[in-house]
Amino acid sequence: METVSIIGTKNRKGQVITDPRVMMNEAPRTASFFTGSEVIKEAVRRANVDIMVAYPITPQSEAAALCGELFAEGYIGDYFRGESEFAVMSQCAGSAFGGARVFTTTAGPGTMRAMENFPMWAGARLPIQCIVTCRGINSPLSIQPDTIEIAYLMNTGMLVWHAETAQDFYDWILKGYMVSEEPDVHLPLALCCDGFFVTHTKDTVDLTPTDMCLPPYDPYRSPVPCMDMECPPVRMMRDPFVMKSNYISYATHASWQQEIWAAGERSRKHTIAWLDGLIDTENIDAEVLIVTSGTAVSQGREAIRLLADEGIRVGLVKIKTLRPWPEEELLEATKHAKHIIVPEFNVIGWMAREIKATIPRPERVIAGPRVCGGMTMPPEIIVEEIKKAIGVRSEVLAGRGS
Amino acid sequence: MSLDYVKFSPGFEAYMPKEYRDMVEHGPFGKKTTVSQMGSFKEILEEHPMCAGCAMTLFIRLAIIAFPNPEDTITVGTAGCGRLAISQAAIPFVYGNYGDQNGVASGLSRGLRIRFGDQPKDVVVMAGDGGTADIGFQQVLHSWFRKERFTTIMLDNEVYGNTGGQESGMTTRGAVLKMAPLGKKFEKMDMVAMAKIAGCAYIATVVPNNPRRVESCIKKAVLIAREVGPTYIQAYTSCNIEYAIPTDQVMADAKTVEDDRYKFAEYVSDEAREYLAARYGYKEFNRKPVAAIGTT
Repeated sequence: METVSIIGTKNRKGQVITDPRVMMNEAPRTASFFTGSEVIKEAVRRANVDIMVAYPITPQSEAAALCGELFAEGYIGDYFRGESEFAVMSQCAGSAFGGARVFTTTAGPGTMRAMENFPMWAGARLPIQCIVTCRGINSPLSIQPDTIEIAYLMNTGMLVWHAETAQDFYDWILKGYMVSEEPDVHLPLALCCDGFFVTHTKDTVDLTPTDMCLPPYDPYRSPVPCMDMECPPVRMMRDPFVMKSNYISYATHASWQQEIWAAGERSRKHTIAWLDGLIDTENIDAEVLIVTSGTAVSQGREAIRLLADEGIRVGLVKIKTLRPWPEEELLEATKHAKHIIVPEFNVIGWMAREIKATIPRPERVIAGPRVCGGMTMPPEIIVEEIKKAIGVRSEVLAGRGS
Repeated sequence: MSLDYVKFSPGFEAYMPKEYRDMVEHGPFGKKTTVSQMGSFKEILEEHPMCAGCAMTLFIRLAIIAFPNPEDTITVGTAGCGRLAISQAAIPFVYGNYGDQNGVASGLSRGLRIRFGDQPKDVVVMAGDGGTADIGFQQVLHSWFRKERFTTIMLDNEVYGNTGGQESGMTTRGAVLKMAPLGKKFEKMDMVAMAKIAGCAYIATVVPNNPRRVESCIKKAVLIAREVGPTYIQAYTSCNIEYAIPTDQVMADAKTVEDDRYKFAEYVSDEAREYLAARYGYKEFNRKPVAAIGTT
C-alpha cells in the first residue's frame, strides 16, 4: 500500500508539520523571556492540539485562558470552558475517545475533584495531556505552591513527569505527546510543575520556530479501537463481565490493570530517548547527594553552590519522571552516596518514601527538609540539613538577624 | 464511511462466527429498518442480561432500531441497568465515570466534528434517572446550556435499579424505597421543564408501549441534534423488580402510568421544525400558519 508522508505539509493554521526530532533537536531556537503560563501557551501553539477544555483554578487559570487565545487565532481546533474539573476531564475523555489530541490544565483541589477520571483515562488508554500546576489541597484553604497532589497522581496509571523549569515545561509538553501517543504506550500524561514558582515567574526559554508544529495525532495508532465507528462495529463486549462475580471478570480486570502499568514501563525507552534519560545527575561520586524533582532541584542547586563555598562537595540527582519511576537509574546514581538528602514541597515526603523503597540501605535517606502550604524553601535549610547529616556545626537559622 | 467495515474481509467469510455473519447479512446497517420489521432482521441489541419483563430493555431495542444511521452512531452511558444492555449492542458504547456521560458526549461530539466535519456522526447518551437527574445533573444541564449537539435519553425507571432499589430524584413523592424509609419527601424532578429552560431544541416524553412513537421521537431527536442543538427524550421504563410489577403486567403498567402522569408530549423548536422539513422532508413541519403549530 502506498503511503504518503505528512511531514512538510501544513496544518489548519498553516504551520509546517515537522518531524518532531528535527523540530525539537535540530531546529533553530529563539530565546524568549516568558512566564511559565506563557510558555505553556507557546508549547501548545506548536503541538497541533485538536481540543482543549479549560476551567479556572489558581495557579493554572492564566495558562488555560492564554490557550483560549490560541483557539481564537486558529491554532487549536476547539476550545471551551467546562463547568468543573470533573466535567472538564470527562469532556477531555470524550474528545480523546473520538480521536482528538487533547490538552487541559488543572491544579490542587481541581486535580482532586477530577481524580475519578485519571484512572479511567489510563484504563481507556486515552493519551490526554494534563498540565498540573501543583498547589495546596484543602483544608485550611491554600492556593500556594505545594506538591502533595502528585502523590495521588502517581497511583493512577498515568505517566507523571515533574518539570523543574519553564524550559523543561516547554520541551516536555511537546515531547510528552510523542511519548504518550506511541502505540505501545498510549497513556495520559500528567505533566506537573510547582505552581507559581514556574507558572508565574519569568524565565528565559529557548523556543522552536512558530511556523513548525508536531505531526497530528493519529487515532488509529491506538492499541484499542477509536470510538468513531470507523472500526468494525462488532459487539465489542459480548458479556458485561465487569458486573459479574466470577474468576473471568477478576482476571479480565486484573490483566488489563497490569497492561496499563506495563504500558507505562514501555514508555521508558521512548522517554529516555526524548528526555535524555529519566534523571539528570551531577557529581554523583560525592558522599552527599541531593535527590529530588521540580523546583526543589533548583533550591538544591543553590544549596550545593553555598556548600561548595565552604569546601563541602555535594552531588545532585534531578528526577524527571515519577511514572515511570527511574529505579535502575537511582540504584546506579546513589550507589556511592552515604547521605541522600530529599528536599520536598509537601508535608508527607512522598519523594523520600519512593526513594527509600527503591535503594538499598534506605537509612541513608534524609526525608527533608520539607516545606508546605506555600512556604518557600531557602537553600540555607537544605545546607543545614546536609551539615547536620555529615556532622558539621551550622549557624542556627532561626537566630539569624536577631 | 464505516459501512465499508460492515462486510467480511475477503477470505474470512467462512470463518466468521455466525453472530457476525448474521449481523453482516441480516443486520440493519445501511438499511432503513423500522420497528414494525422487528423479528425479520438481526437487531443491533439482542443478547442481554436484563431481568425478565424489563421495559427498559424493550425501549433500548426500539431506540437503537430508530437510530437513523446506526453505522455512524456511538452511544454513551453511565452506571445503571441500561448500561448492561447497551454495552452489548453492535455499536460502540462509551462508559466514562459515574454520571459524566453528558461531559463525555460533549467531548466526543466535538472530537468527531473536528475529525469528520459535516459527515454526520451521531452521539446518543442513554442513562438512567439517577445518572441523568442526580449524579450527572450538572453535566447534563451544562451540556444543554452549551447547546452541545447530541441526544440525551433518560431511561426513567424512577429508582436506582442496579444498586438494589434506592430513591432517585425522579422517584415520585411518597414512594417508599431504600434510602427513603418514610417515603420520598419531595416531588419528582421536572427534567422536561429544565430541558426547555436550558434550550433543548427537541423534547419528548414517551413510554415503550407505543413502538412507532418511540421510533419517531428518537429519529427526530437524533436528526435535530446533528445540527440544531441538544435534544432530550425522557422515557418511562419501569423497574418491574423494585416496583413489584408482575412480568405480564409491565405493558399494562406503562399504559396506566402514561395515562396518569407520563402523557406523550413533544416540543420542537421553530428552528428544529424548519430543519426537519427542509433537510429531511418532514411534511408535518412544513411552514403553516402559526396557529396550527403548537406543542402536541
